[in-house]
This record gives sequence, C-alpha cells and structure tokens, in this order.
Amino acid sequence: MFALSADEWQALVLSLRVAMLSVIISMPFALALAWLLSRRRFPGRLLVEALMFLPLTLPPVVTGYALLVLFGRHGWIGEWLAQFGIVFAFRWSGAVLAAAVMGFPLLVLSIRAAFDSVDRRLEHAAETLGASAWRRFVTIVLPLSTRGIIVGSVLAFARAFGEFGATITFVSSIPGETRTLPIAIYELMSLPGGESGVQRLTVVALIVALAATIGAAILGGSLWGRRRDD
Amino acid sequence: MIELALQHTLADLDIDIRFSSAARCLALFGDSGAGKTTILNAIAGLLRPRQARIVLDGQVLVDTASSIDMPSAAREVGYVFQDGRLFPHLSVHANLLYANHARQRKATQFERLVDLLELAPLLQRRPHTLSGGERQRVAIGRALMSEPRILLLDEPLTGLHREARVQVLDHLRRLKHALRVATVLVSHQADEVIALADEVIRVHAGTLTAQLDMAKFQSRGD
Repeated sequence: MFALSADEWQALVLSLRVAMLSVIISMPFALALAWLLSRRRFPGRLLVEALMFLPLTLPPVVTGYALLVLFGRHGWIGEWLAQFGIVFAFRWSGAVLAAAVMGFPLLVLSIRAAFDSVDRRLEHAAETLGASAWRRFVTIVLPLSTRGIIVGSVLAFARAFGEFGATITFVSSIPGETRTLPIAIYELMSLPGGESGVQRLTVVALIVALAATIGAAILGGSLWGRRRDD
Repeated sequence: MIELALQHTLADLDIDIRFSSAARCLALFGDSGAGKTTILNAIAGLLRPRQARIVLDGQVLVDTASSIDMPSAAREVGYVFQDGRLFPHLSVHANLLYANHARQRKATQFERLVDLLELAPLLQRRPHTLSGGERQRVAIGRALMSEPRILLLDEPLTGLHREARVQVLDHLRRLKHALRVATVLVSHQADEVIALADEVIRVHAGTLTAQLDMAKFQSRGD
C-alpha cells in the first residue's frame, strides 16, 4: 500500500515548508546580488562571486559546519542573535537557513542571466521618460526577467528540497523539527524493515521534483511565448 | 534655443562639434556614422561625453567644465529611437502612459495624441503585433506624453516601407503644427529634412560643415 505514515507525512510537509520558505527568504537578497553583478562594476566583484559559489563547490557538510560555527548557539553571529530570541541551531528555521544557503547560488545565477539578457536600450528609453533606477528595475528589468526568476526559484527549491549534508550537520535530525524528507530516507535506510518507507518517500521525492520542474516549464514556457520582443 | 559644444571619442570617430540654434525643428543631416545619434544621446544624457556643454532654453543640461551633469531622467526630453524601443511586455496604452507623471497629465493630452497619431485601434495591442509604422507612431506618442521640453527624433523613418514612411512623415508634420514642441531631427534623407526642419546642420565625420536655413539647404540641392 502506498500510504505514508504520520512520520513520513511530517517529513514531507516539513521539507516542502523548508524548501519554499528558503526560496522566499533568499529571493530579495538574490535579486539584489544578481542586479549588482549584472549591472555594476565594483572592486572585489570577483571575490563576491567566488563567495557566492562556495555552497556549490564546498562539500555540503563543510557548509553545514560553517553555519554551525557562524549561527550555532555559541557561534559568532548566533550568540548575538540569541539575545533577540533568534535561534537557528537545531530548529526548523536553521533547516531553512541551510537550504537557503545551498540554493542561493542557483537562484542568483539564473536571475543574473535573465537580467543580463534584458535589452539595456529599453532601460535607456525608460530613463529618457523620467524613470528612476528603481522604477526601471521594477517596471522593465523585473518583468522581462520573469522566466529566469521562475527557473531559478525552481532550481533553488529543488536543491533545498533535496538538501541533506548541510542540514544534518547544522540542525541534526529532530522529528517534526528538522528531520526533512532526505534525512528521513537516510534514517529509514539504516532501520531494519525500513525499506518500504524508503521506497515510499523516494517515490514522493520523485513526484515533487517532477511536478516542480514541469510546472516551471509550463509557466516559464507560456511567459516566454508571450514575451516575444518587438 | 539649444546651445551645444561636444567633444567625444567613439571607437572609430572623433566628434568635435559646436552650434546653437533657435529653430523649432533643427535637423542634423549627414551620412550614417557621422556622429549624429551621439549628439542626440549627449542631449538626452545617455552618454558621458569627454567634454561638453549643452544648454537648453537657458538651463545647463551638462557642463563638464563645471561638473554639471543633469541625470537623463530629469532632462525632460522625449526621445524617439530609430528602433522604437517600445516595452515589449506592456500594451500600447501602458507604453503611452509610461512617462513619469504621464498618468497625472490631463486626459485631453492623451486623447489629443491618440487622435493626432491615430492610435485608438492600437491601444490594447502588444508591440510585437504592430507594423513598423505603427510602432514608430506609438514611440512618438510615448515620447510626447511626457510633454517634453525637446523632442529628439533619431532617424524615425528608417527601415519603414514606402507607405508607412509617408504616413509617419505626415503624422510628424501634423504634430509639428499642432504641438509646437522644439525638435531635433537626425536624418540622412533630404526629403525628411525638407518636410520637417526649419534649419539644418550638416554633420560630417563628427564635425559641423554647414548651418543652413531651409532656402539655402534646398538651393544647394542636398
């Protein structure tokens, strides 16, 4: 029977919530950084790009450890944040942070490519019509980059949904709090008789990944179809 | 009244030009690659000139010697680009109302332009569904909706087929008489210049070779 147990449902719902929130929270930062990299030349740009790529190039466990050092209860930033009641370590919010960090480079890369492809001459036209830099961004650059933003969001969502190494290192595996779907699969694999659970969750992961990708292709494709240049 | 002194270096051209004109429609006439569009871009604030002083009706738009460089968005120019540059994701209606404060303008201004440029049947359409002539008419309307202090027309008829060219030229002529907006027209076609301009500046290889009234321009057989 393909019926998920209560624990499995919990892991699925948590994973969906963590992945969605990670994309939503990182979006403003990704938009700002993508715009900066696409439109501005500044000293240290290469370093910023290299730092942004780190979660892609580093082993996820190392990223998780770095998050622990920075945002753990006694971490450099974590200790300071704790004064305001903001705690990431061993909380679901920490899983969101880990997922956001891991998906961030994919989000920025897609959005930046979309920004790069917007015809700068349209922005010049808007400028002569009195539009400020902010208005040009909101009314020209952003709408013409919709497809890239959607693709980036799906990639980041998929990366966040499948995130394992950084999450388990940073927030461990606490049922209902930080035990996401990949962690649940990993734990079921080491349990006697856990194989059927592994299979069920694997099928679920496959369905979510396919649904996200197909949904993005349909939405992105239809936008692309409407957006033929003049 | 426009006063312009511009020195600028492009990859394959050194521009060094100086003129002043009080003509309502001033034409910059010359071959392609002579630097005419660069002059328009300097007036519009779309390039950072090496050295320039441009004064429009007594207001300094740019003066590199005094480090004055008014942002393009504040210059109140209406720029009609050679390729239209309509915003592809917006309807014709939204393109027309894009200019800052255009929405606050009297509805009569909008209606008047829609009427003069015969845009009513196009308002709900997207730019990619328009013909070349229709696109240029919308671009002209969009530039004028902001009630600019000066209208810059960069080869507005280039690339249009004969019929569309005649139509747009006719619309421009009507606008000239109806709206009385100071205009700088860039063109390499003598018939456009004769139809629209009150004074002509001949530009060759980035320099002024002659400043002519229309009688002299036509008598020279240009």
